[in-house]
Amino acid sequence: MIVERKPLNLAERFYLPALGNGFRVTWKHFRKTLFHGRTAADETSGGYYPEVPWKVEPGYRGAPYLVRDQSGDTKCVSCQLCEFVCPPKAIRITPPGPGGPPADRANAEKMPREFEINMLRCIFCGLCQEVCPEEAIFLQKDYSLTGLTREEMVYNKERLLALGGHHTGIQKWKQKADEARAQESFPVPG
Amino acid sequence: MDWQFLAFSLVKIIAAFAVVMTMVAYSVLVERKVSAFIQDRLGPNRTQPFFAKYIPGLGPLLTRWGVFQPIADGLKAFLKEDFTPAHVRKVYFWLAPAIAMVPSLLTVAVIPFGSMMGAQKMVIADLDVGILYTFGIVSLGVYGIVLAGYAANSKYPFLGGIRSTAQMISYEISMGLSVIPIFLLVGSLNLGDVVQHQTGGWFAWHIFRQPLGFFIFLIAAFAETNRLPFDLPEADQELVGGYHTEYSSIKFALFFMAEYAAMIAVSGMMVTLFFGGWTLPFLGLDQPAATLGMGLLHILVFLGKVCCFLLLIIWVRWMLPRFRYDQLMDLGWRRFIPLALLNIVVTAGVLALLASK
Repeated sequence: MIVERKPLNLAERFYLPALGNGFRVTWKHFRKTLFHGRTAADETSGGYYPEVPWKVEPGYRGAPYLVRDQSGDTKCVSCQLCEFVCPPKAIRITPPGPGGPPADRANAEKMPREFEINMLRCIFCGLCQEVCPEEAIFLQKDYSLTGLTREEMVYNKERLLALGGHHTGIQKWKQKADEARAQESFPVPG
Repeated sequence: MDWQFLAFSLVKIIAAFAVVMTMVAYSVLVERKVSAFIQDRLGPNRTQPFFAKYIPGLGPLLTRWGVFQPIADGLKAFLKEDFTPAHVRKVYFWLAPAIAMVPSLLTVAVIPFGSMMGAQKMVIADLDVGILYTFGIVSLGVYGIVLAGYAANSKYPFLGGIRSTAQMISYEISMGLSVIPIFLLVGSLNLGDVVQHQTGGWFAWHIFRQPLGFFIFLIAAFAETNRLPFDLPEADQELVGGYHTEYSSIKFALFFMAEYAAMIAVSGMMVTLFFGGWTLPFLGLDQPAATLGMGLLHILVFLGKVCCFLLLIIWVRWMLPRFRYDQLMDLGWRRFIPLALLNIVVTAGVLALLASK
């Protein structure tokens, strides 16, 4: 595409239209904001941030939290895939080990003894959510994480679960339990 | 040199310094507010000291207008970590901010900011070579920027420094040439005489006698203070801040203050040279003050005119896009210098004709 550049006329060569239009536009906005108090924030979202909280759209990648299943049990099975995949190494999982405490759910093999996410390291990439075979960790809608110390910004398992809430979308282990129960009474052809 | 002269000079210096620095702080606030309004924002409206909310009405109002913001900004500049990058040339790196700041303050010395207070002339140094002194000092201002660009020892500040040298040297010529007709008219380089010459009616103001000279001076002033549309040495978008990219804390703040102090100085020059200085052509305000009250009024008139110019300079920053480098040079060398020379010749010719009659 060839942009046609017209020769400038005399007024344009003295930058007069540029001055005029520039002043017109700036004055219009200046007047609107100063005398009528209307800002871009008012027009798009009704006000400024701390007073008017930001509306989080679906699909937003906020802080990753652990979730509980439909019966309130920890979904995480301590497979440590998220720990391995985490690019900034923000996740640290302490597995129960042999003879450790049993999982919340009767038929799950294990659950983490401790699960820590360092929110100062986390880059909110969402790989942990993507890699999780149990759908136990989700990037949720929190975008404003604050703390007074570095230690405070390392969220432990208890806190992550409390913040994460419940997620009942997939019920993998309930189905497995149902299948196991069905096996008990399965009529074996004899 | 008697002690009285020293004492009064010291008082004037301290007072002028205090006023200029306050104006620097608050013109930054005005800049932020004006730019915010032009861009449909509100600007600084949160900063408040702990006691402000206990003052009914006034406290929240001042907070909303950001009146406490410059104080917080200044405090922040002093308290931030003063980081010196490992790759800089230390001596020049430390020297540059001071060299940038000092000339803009020195220029204020010769500007008559009022008529008389008692028996004292309201000018720090009543030099007979006022304007020559100003141009001498203004050209020193470029060293601060060039040294900063050289000292930083990295590419963007270096480019900023180079651009600034070329720009300031080019525009200083047209700036100097544009005021020569004024001195042809006045017959003296003393800025006090220039103000006196502009008394007696609106049309005694040199803006009406030398409009071309004024416009060249105005545009050269934009270039000299590195303000948009000629802020190529800074050029935030292409040079990430130009010559002060590597600076932090109070050293950066010194560059910042230097820019605004230069704006105030150049506004003062324009008011003195073209807009009648501390005079107003009515209510007898164009004669040296006989009383202290009138003296104060003259200072306020001068400051009012300076504020108008500051507002103009601030507004233009948000109105016009930056010039391209070749356009800048073209404008300086191929338009303004010939025009300014023509202006000198025509003025001299007219004066010679009038004198021969």
